[in-house]
Amino acid sequence: MSAIVDEAAGQSGETRPEETGATRTRRHSVTLTIGLILLGIVVVVAVVSLFWVPFAPGDTSGERLEHPDATHWLGTDKLGRDLLTQLMIGARIALTVGVGSVAIGAVIGITLGLLAAFAAAWLDDTISAALDILIAFPTLLLAMLIVAAQGASLGTAIIAIGLAMSAVVARLTRVLAKRVLSQQYVTAARTSGTGWFGVIGRHILPNIWPTLSVNLALQFGIAVLAEASLSYLGLGAPPPNASWGRLLQEAQGTVAVAPVGAIAPGVALVVLVIGVNLLADGLRDVADPTRKRSR
Amino acid sequence: MSDDTPLLDVRGLRVASRTGAPLVQDVSFTVGTGERLGLIGESGSGKSLTSFAVTGLLPDGLSASGSVVLGGMQVVGARERELVTVRGNIASVVFQEPLTALDPLMRLGKQVAEPLRRHLGLRGAALRDAVHGALDEVRLPDPERIARAYPHEISGGQRQRVAIAAALACRPRLLIADEPTTALDVTVQAEILALIDTLVAERDMALVFVSHDLAVVSRMTDTAVVLRHGRVVERGPMTRLLSAPTDPYTIELVRSARRLDAALEVS
Repeated sequence: MSAIVDEAAGQSGETRPEETGATRTRRHSVTLTIGLILLGIVVVVAVVSLFWVPFAPGDTSGERLEHPDATHWLGTDKLGRDLLTQLMIGARIALTVGVGSVAIGAVIGITLGLLAAFAAAWLDDTISAALDILIAFPTLLLAMLIVAAQGASLGTAIIAIGLAMSAVVARLTRVLAKRVLSQQYVTAARTSGTGWFGVIGRHILPNIWPTLSVNLALQFGIAVLAEASLSYLGLGAPPPNASWGRLLQEAQGTVAVAPVGAIAPGVALVVLVIGVNLLADGLRDVADPTRKRSR
Repeated sequence: MSDDTPLLDVRGLRVASRTGAPLVQDVSFTVGTGERLGLIGESGSGKSLTSFAVTGLLPDGLSASGSVVLGGMQVVGARERELVTVRGNIASVVFQEPLTALDPLMRLGKQVAEPLRRHLGLRGAALRDAVHGALDEVRLPDPERIARAYPHEISGGQRQRVAIAAALACRPRLLIADEPTTALDVTVQAEILALIDTLVAERDMALVFVSHDLAVVSRMTDTAVVLRHGRVVERGPMTRLLSAPTDPYTIELVRSARRLDAALEVS
């Protein structure tokens, strides 16, 4: 994860000058469009699943391990449940996890990062050391500890992933905010009477946002994958919640007989994660006016 | 504030680093309403630190002692909340590098508007008119377009004009110009100097002009303080400093400035 932080931090300033605005914008609006389409597919499926699914989630009326046909478009699992239904509900869970953990990670991470950036040297060092430890701490172990204390549920998975993410976000925020703080326009703003909260709201947040939003979008993809791993290991949403990770795990034993059961949730994960990663790439240009073509 | 106290009164100013090493020592000067003072010195002489200390904006880890009274308020040891009322309102600063002094992601109009909103409480259409007025006063063509632009979309000289507009928006009584033309082309430099000169004269503002360039300072101010290694080595009217400098460092400064001048004459 730390490689992503470093990469994102490096991208914020140094790569700009030699690119010609027009070609870059066009290339990036393509990635942005594809990313939006892929993410859009998952969002639409998730929204539709709120109102309509082909079968009830607990409906075991189908044959076991059926191949895809006209009634069960993606076949059934080993209990005879409709796979498409499970997959659609899984989209909802994946998006909930992404949004929830990014929200937790962003709020805690940005607050901590800003605190460290403004703090006196000793507090900054303390926070940074704590963040380094938290980043080195495996997300899985953190999730297991929280699950042990709270019991396995979608909520604990989101909290665990969000907490782990907040360390990465905090470290990135700290570095970016420190860079902005050392800029002369912050001094200039302060000489014109802007207080510290004004500096944060008007100068620091807008200036770190282009880089930070890209990182948060990438973290969204990582969170979805993390939840899939947690569910695969039984540490995420408990059955009968149809998380994609759990669908993969359930299909594992029967992959030779009914490969669609494993392939479908796998493809769904890939579509969502690639979608948000492309979106992240395209997002940078939207958030940063110095990269747009000058009008 | 009574009339006999000067606008800015610096007495025995000392700036020390985190380790306690003195960076500025025993610097004293006063600037009255409408007066102009030059701070001359090479880089590292403490001239910029002195000007930062005046608005209580020393870089992290540095501490000031002594006395700086600005508009009747003691700046040394003052709390941030008190300082905010003085900055931009009584004293404003124009910096050396206009590109870094402007937020790259904020429209220029908003940056000029910030002190107006904060100190004068202007909103809406009144604020917009005040911003256009401020941009107009620094002789920027098409203020409406400039107000909508981002810093990277205009030239260096225009950026410095915007920075001056933002600094002067609230009609401060003291302008601190910290090497405002060092980063600009020579031709643009002359225009900006003329602009500062006119605006300061028109509004009867006091000016502290910080520069390493003797010729530039002599153009802008009548008296000057020469700093070296954080100490005042010589002070006096500009004409006297130029014609009969007494300190060896000032003599060297004047001599090298004349040498440059002479080189121009020959070619």
